[in-house]
Amino acid sequence: MSFPWANEYKPSHPAMVWLDEKLPLPRFVYNAIGAGYPVPRNLNYMYNFGVLAGFCLVIQIVTGVVLAMHYAANTGVAFNSTEHIMRDVNWGWMLRYGHANGASAFFVVVYFHIFRGFFYGSYKAPREMIWLLGVAIFLLMMATAFMGYVLPWGQMSYWGAKVITGLFGAIPLVGEPIQTWLLGGFAPDQAALNRFFSLHFLLPFVILGVVILHIWALHIPGSTNPTGVEVKQESDTVPFHPYYTAKDGFGLGVFLIFYCALLFFAPNALGHPDNYIPANPMQTPAHIVPEWYFWPFYAILRAFTQNFLFFPAKLMGVLAMFSSILVWFLLPWLDKSPVRSGHFRPTFRKFFWLLVIDVAVLGYCGGSPAEEPYVIISQIAAFYYFAHFFIILPLVSMTEKPLPLPFSITEAVLGADEAATLAAPVAPAE
Amino acid sequence: MTETAVAESPNDTAQGVRRRDFIYVAATGAAGVGAASVLVPLISQMAPSADVLAESSTEIDIGSIQPGQAIKAVFHKQPVFVRRLTPVEIAEAKKVDVASLRDPQSLEDRTKKGKEEWLITMGVCTHLGCVPLGAGEGEVKGEFGGYFCPCHGSTYDTAARIRKGPAPKNLEVPPYEFTSDTVVKIG
Repeated sequence: MSFPWANEYKPSHPAMVWLDEKLPLPRFVYNAIGAGYPVPRNLNYMYNFGVLAGFCLVIQIVTGVVLAMHYAANTGVAFNSTEHIMRDVNWGWMLRYGHANGASAFFVVVYFHIFRGFFYGSYKAPREMIWLLGVAIFLLMMATAFMGYVLPWGQMSYWGAKVITGLFGAIPLVGEPIQTWLLGGFAPDQAALNRFFSLHFLLPFVILGVVILHIWALHIPGSTNPTGVEVKQESDTVPFHPYYTAKDGFGLGVFLIFYCALLFFAPNALGHPDNYIPANPMQTPAHIVPEWYFWPFYAILRAFTQNFLFFPAKLMGVLAMFSSILVWFLLPWLDKSPVRSGHFRPTFRKFFWLLVIDVAVLGYCGGSPAEEPYVIISQIAAFYYFAHFFIILPLVSMTEKPLPLPFSITEAVLGADEAATLAAPVAPAE
Repeated sequence: MTETAVAESPNDTAQGVRRRDFIYVAATGAAGVGAASVLVPLISQMAPSADVLAESSTEIDIGSIQPGQAIKAVFHKQPVFVRRLTPVEIAEAKKVDVASLRDPQSLEDRTKKGKEEWLITMGVCTHLGCVPLGAGEGEVKGEFGGYFCPCHGSTYDTAARIRKGPAPKNLEVPPYEFTSDTVVKIG
C-alpha cells in the first residue's frame, strides 16, 4: 500500500516499458525506495539508522563471504588460518578487521534504531508486525555474532562458546543432553566449530530475508515520524527519492567516517587481547567477557546469585537474560498510551532516558569482573530494567497526561494556518 | 429420506464419509508423517558422532602421584582432576556436617570404598564451565583448601564440594574404576 498521491512509475525508454510488462522489478524498486514511496517530511536523523543497519548487513555479507574463502573451520588450523588471513592474504587484515568491527558497527546502529523505536513509539499499532520482525532480526543477529566470534578459535572464542552453550545446561532435566546435542560433543570441539561456521554463513541470509519482511511490513502503514501523528495529506510527505536518499546518503557518509576511524586507527579497541591466544580447553582465561554488545545481557545473566523459590540461581539468570529481550515482543501491548511520540509524553520521556542510563550501567557491569560492587549494581539495574517494562510503562501510559498534539505533520513543520505567514496578511512594510 | 440420498450419491458411503475426504486425509497424513520422519536424521546428526563417543574413556597411571599432589587429565575433551588427599585433607572433609552443605554429599559418596584418598572429579566448575584452580603446582586452592574458580569465585573444599560462590553443585565425579592399584579407567 502507499498513499494515493504517490508518484506512478512511468518508464519512457522502450526497453524499460518492455521490462515493466514482463517483470516489473524497476517499478517495485521505484515504489519501495524511489520517488514512488511518499515518506513523512519531518523525519530527523534518528530515522537514518535503519538504512545504516541494512548497509552494515551488506558489509558483513561481502567481507564474510570473502573471509570464508581463506578460513578453515578445523580446530587444528582455525586459529592459524585466521592469522594467515591477517598476515598473508592480500588485504586480508582489512577484510577481517572490517568484518570484526563491522559487527560492532552493526550493533551500534541497531541499538540506535531500537531506542529510536522506543522513544517514538514505533512499535504501536498499526506497526506491531514491523516491531516483532525487528526483534526477531535482533535475536538472529545475536546468534550470528556469537557463532562468528567462536570461529577464530582463540581463548575467548572457546570459553565464550563453552559458557554460552553451558547456559542451555541450566534447563532442568533436558539441559545437559541439549548442550551435548548443540555442541556435538561434551565440550566445544571440531563438531561445534564446523556447525557454527555453517550456521554463521547461513544466518545472515536468513536475516536478509527477515529484513525484507520488515521493510515490506513497514511499507504498509509507512514510517512513523517525530510527531507520531499519522500522515493525513499530500503536504505531509515527500517522495523517498531524492529527499531521503540524499538525507540517508549524508548520514551514511558520517557513519563511514566513524567506521573507517575504528577500522584503520583502532581495529582492536573493541576486541579482547585474550582472543589472540589459541584455544586451550585446559585453561580458563582469568576474566571471561563477551563482546561489548552483549554486556548488558551478560550483566543480567550474572545478576542472579541466590536460588529463588524452586529455581537455581543459574537457571534464573538464563531465564532473565532471554526474557530481557523477549519482553520487547510484548512492548506493543505493555505501552497502551495512544500517543506515540515521546515528545508529547513528558513522564514517559523521563523514564525513557532512565532506561537508557540503566542499560548503559548494565553494560558497564557486564564488562566488569563479577565482584562487588558490580554484582549489586547489576542486580539493582536488572530489577529496574524489568520494572521499566512491566510496571512503569503500563502505569505511565494509564496515568500520564500527554501534551496537545499538532493537527498534522504539515502543521508541526510549518505552523498552524492562523500562525502561518502566508495565511495571515500583515501590515505592509513601511 | 436423506439417508437414501446419501447412499445414492456415488462419492458417499453409507456412513456419510465421502471417499474424497478419506483420500484427502490419508494423502496429507502420509505426506505429513513422511516429511516429519526426515527430521529424525536431521536432528540426530547434531548429536555426538561415533568417533567422539569412542574417545569417551581414558586410562590414567596414578602410580607416581604423592599425597597432596594432583594431576590434570583429559576426559570428554575436558579436564579431569585426579587428586591424592593427605590424611589432614581427608579429616577436614569428614569434619563437615553434610546436611549443612549446598549439595549434600560426604567424602565416602564421592570416592571409591577403600580408596578414600583418591579424589577424582571433573575440572569443570558447575557454574559456567570454567576450569578451577588448585590442581596445578602452586595454584591457589581457595579458603577451603580444595579448588577455586577464578571466573566467578566459586570455592570448593577438599572433597571438591561447593562451599561458597555461585556454583550450584559439587564438582562432578565422573564414572571410573580402578583397573589395578596404579591405573584408573575413567568413563
